Amino acid sequence: MRKILLFSIVLISGILLTGRLFYLQILDTSYATLSVNNAIKRVYDYPQRGHIYDRNGSLLVSNQPSYDVMVIPREVKPFDTTEFCGLLKMTKEALKTRLSKAHVYSPRLPSIVIPQLTKSEYAYLQEKMRKYEGFYIQKRSLRDYQVDFGANFLGYIAEVNRSDIEDNPYYQSGDLKGRTGVEKQYEETLRGIKGVKYIQKDRFNRDIGAYKNGSLDTIPEPGKDLTLTIDAELQKYGEELMVNKRGGIIAIEPSTGEILALISAPNYDPSLLVGRQRSANFTKLWYDTIAKPLFDRSLQAEYPPGSPFKTLNALIALQENVVDTQESFACHGGYYYGSRGRKLGCHHHPSPLSMVPGIANSCNAYFANVYRRVIDKYDTPQEGMDRWHNHLASFGLGQYMGTDLPTGRPGYIPDSDYYNRAYEYPKYKWFSTATISNSIGQGEVSLTPIQLANVTATIANRGWYYTPHIVKGIEGQTELIPEKYRTKNVTTIDPANFEPVVEGMFGAYNYGTAAGVQIPGIEICGKTGTAENYTKIDGKRQQLTDHSIFVAFAPKDNPKIAIAVFVENGYWGGRYGGKIASLMIEKHIKGEITRTDLEDWILSHSLEEEYAKPLSGKPFPINDGKKISGKVEKPIL
Amino acid sequence: MGITSRNNRGNFDWLLIVIFLALIGIGWVNIYSASIDPSGVSDFFDLNNLYTRQLLFIGLSFLIIIFVLSLDAKFFERFASVIYVTSILSLLGLFVFGKNISGATSWYSFGSFGLQPSEFAKAATALALAKYLSDIQTDVKSFVHQLRAFVIIALPAICIVPQPDPGSALVYAAFFFPLYREGLSGIYLIIGSITIALFVLTLAFGPIYIIAGIVLIALFLLIKNRKKRFGKRYYYILPLVSIVFVLSVNYIFQNVFEQRHRDRFNVVLGKEVDMKSIGYNTYQSEIAIGNGGLTGKGFLKGTQTKGNFVPEQHTDYIFSTVGEEWGFLGSSLVIILFVGLMLRIIFLAERQKSQFSRIYGYSIAGILFIHFLVNIGMVTGVFPTVGIPLPFFSYGGSGLWGFTILLFIFVKLDSNRVNEW
Repeated sequence: MRKILLFSIVLISGILLTGRLFYLQILDTSYATLSVNNAIKRVYDYPQRGHIYDRNGSLLVSNQPSYDVMVIPREVKPFDTTEFCGLLKMTKEALKTRLSKAHVYSPRLPSIVIPQLTKSEYAYLQEKMRKYEGFYIQKRSLRDYQVDFGANFLGYIAEVNRSDIEDNPYYQSGDLKGRTGVEKQYEETLRGIKGVKYIQKDRFNRDIGAYKNGSLDTIPEPGKDLTLTIDAELQKYGEELMVNKRGGIIAIEPSTGEILALISAPNYDPSLLVGRQRSANFTKLWYDTIAKPLFDRSLQAEYPPGSPFKTLNALIALQENVVDTQESFACHGGYYYGSRGRKLGCHHHPSPLSMVPGIANSCNAYFANVYRRVIDKYDTPQEGMDRWHNHLASFGLGQYMGTDLPTGRPGYIPDSDYYNRAYEYPKYKWFSTATISNSIGQGEVSLTPIQLANVTATIANRGWYYTPHIVKGIEGQTELIPEKYRTKNVTTIDPANFEPVVEGMFGAYNYGTAAGVQIPGIEICGKTGTAENYTKIDGKRQQLTDHSIFVAFAPKDNPKIAIAVFVENGYWGGRYGGKIASLMIEKHIKGEITRTDLEDWILSHSLEEEYAKPLSGKPFPINDGKKISGKVEKPIL
Repeated sequence: MGITSRNNRGNFDWLLIVIFLALIGIGWVNIYSASIDPSGVSDFFDLNNLYTRQLLFIGLSFLIIIFVLSLDAKFFERFASVIYVTSILSLLGLFVFGKNISGATSWYSFGSFGLQPSEFAKAATALALAKYLSDIQTDVKSFVHQLRAFVIIALPAICIVPQPDPGSALVYAAFFFPLYREGLSGIYLIIGSITIALFVLTLAFGPIYIIAGIVLIALFLLIKNRKKRFGKRYYYILPLVSIVFVLSVNYIFQNVFEQRHRDRFNVVLGKEVDMKSIGYNTYQSEIAIGNGGLTGKGFLKGTQTKGNFVPEQHTDYIFSTVGEEWGFLGSSLVIILFVGLMLRIIFLAERQKSQFSRIYGYSIAGILFIHFLVNIGMVTGVFPTVGIPLPFFSYGGSGLWGFTILLFIFVKLDSNRVNEW
């Protein structure tokens, strides 16, 4: 015992200390991470964010340098405050409060003294900054918008928040990141990759040279420029037409699926979300819950499609072989169905009508008939309903469109499951008459404007479409855009079945519901839509003035543009939608406006009064006063 | 004589010398890394560089080795008392002539160099104790002789504590090992271990659990040994004394210790979390060592070392440089070298025919062990912060020379064992 005590203690201690080292150096990795945190400083070199151009190469978004005067309070040495204040054009008191605030924030971290100097101010200051220890000028890059439109798809960039930093280790506090629109969707393309320099520090936080002689340092990779499919001229014109109206316009080039214009009204000037006033402006836009300028109606609003949906029902009926182009249906001011003589009303037009004039005159009775034939073709209405649903799904309806923009909605196309649930099948049965509103684009169906525009483009192409997209090229190279936007989607409808529908739409423009908005010299195919819609006021469902909807493509052969216009509470299809669509088509094809009467009418008419009605708190007339929404409450006696 | 001297030369224990050279060499490499100016502009031979100075100290230590080895082996035994008295006087002289460096009056100053007598006092005390215990008239089992031995050990420690340098004084606890080896009663060992264990456990877990534990153990032993006739009173007395001690631990901790000592204990017990002030040294040292990983960052590539994050890295915290730059492999090699050195000394001490040599061997093994355990324990965060150097590693001439003398007196004594009868 006496001989081995020290021997054993030495041996055991050696083993225990080795064990401790094993724990510190191999098992527990947190210490190694801590070392990186306190011994190595990373200095980042931010590349220029890529520019954004329109399809014709005109610059939409570029960058502007911005210079902030920064201070690290504990590095400040006594200096000539009078001279310094003179340079910065600020009072001594203001400087004093800034510095004490900075010190409260952190003595070691940089704070802003004066944000966003202009270039000339910077040039003047730059020379003299050396004299003031602890102060320096931080160059940042802000977005510089060359246009005052397109905010909905351009999007904006903003400082990353905590969850961005946690989700992606690339970002750190102070970095800028695309928040919406193409800025968000193509964030990685636009931003490039920041470079990093590793600097070895000592315990006083002083730089003592490059870490590992700079072997780990990286050079920034510049951001790539984007070319959009947007036609800036058309976009700008469309936004002008939509002033004082709410809704969306989408124009697509049918042969490519490229989005020519993506207008959401009301919109805002993208420059509002840059610079010192960004936060205040954003708050203002965010809290406008009535007009909702941040809500992209062209992509996110789900509207009942109304009559343009009839073209789809016609296509399905032809494909399902339940009707031919010759058969006519009578219309007695509407369509009567069911044992209790329910009626789906219609407007005045010649009767009976076959398919082409049926579309041109938008006859509800015609489509109620053919729709019922589609649903009733099979043994059960469920099967018919699902066939109908699948045809529509091949147009991309009832699902997310898959555009290269970060927002969107799927819309809704009901299938048999939906009605089984709604009618508690098999306890209760349902038949085609229960879903009759679908025949005219009311009822359960809803579409976003871009879906409707895509349907139009598909009809223009006679049966296929490219998924609508907004980016035409990256760094001018079109092959860099995702494969998905270069792949044709083919619908379940045979190309031959499209011709009668195209004729019908051509007829609508020549002698039908849209005859008033013809453009001389262009063969336009169109379809009006007037959609009933409802809102809830104080918990009560109340009808509002109908939406004005219009879809069109032109020219009839080799179409250059397909367009869908939604104008909220715009009375009827031809009143706003038709006029706007015509003007847009003329602008795109001719480059100038010959129908200045239409243009003047649109520019001089506002729907703001209409939008104010439901907010008045009183019953109000809808659809030109033919009808009163809601009932007058009885006065309490 | 010719034959004897040839034998002497051949009998040096080369394993000890090789381990010594390895430790000195590795130590200097790490001092170089810890003290080199990162900008790399200074001249290698500039005596302002700590590593250049250490190289000079190492060179001088070889002269000391030659001198020590050239002395007659009997010289140390014969002059042990003189050396001891001289050493005590040199410690006392500090109170008059000492130079205050960073709060401690531990140095005699010669120009830009200082000499720290406490580093040499260890060897002197080891010699004196060996001499006293190996005296034919000394009986370790006699209480009076135990007391005298204790005075020999305590005198230099008492001189060192007020410098203040409590760490160096703590080293004198190492002399327990030769005493025990020579027949000191095991009771001291048991009482000492129990006291330390109770103290630490009480601080860590609080008195209630510990008292409960003591009561349970006492009851268990009482029931197990209930048939025994004698010594039953110890089953009541010992637990009672322990409980009183446990209850007084908090009082001792709060009133006898100073705040900084309490802080250091709390850091190790994991009770203090303020790693920016109180636990800074330990925390930074752990970060540096943890940063090493398996194979280390490589020579001169330790980020914590280069950044000077670990205070006193070239002296007391030199092991953190080893940990960071050479990793687990390098630092365990150093531990293996130290353990090998100490075990070899103990092995050789047991082989000695002369009691003087054996006691001396045990003394230096004990001294090296306390330094090794406390220093590496502190650097790796399992021991409270006590400022004592790592032998042969830490920067400093006095320390290096003190340990060199300590070791090579033993090498000399060992080489002479064939002449002992």
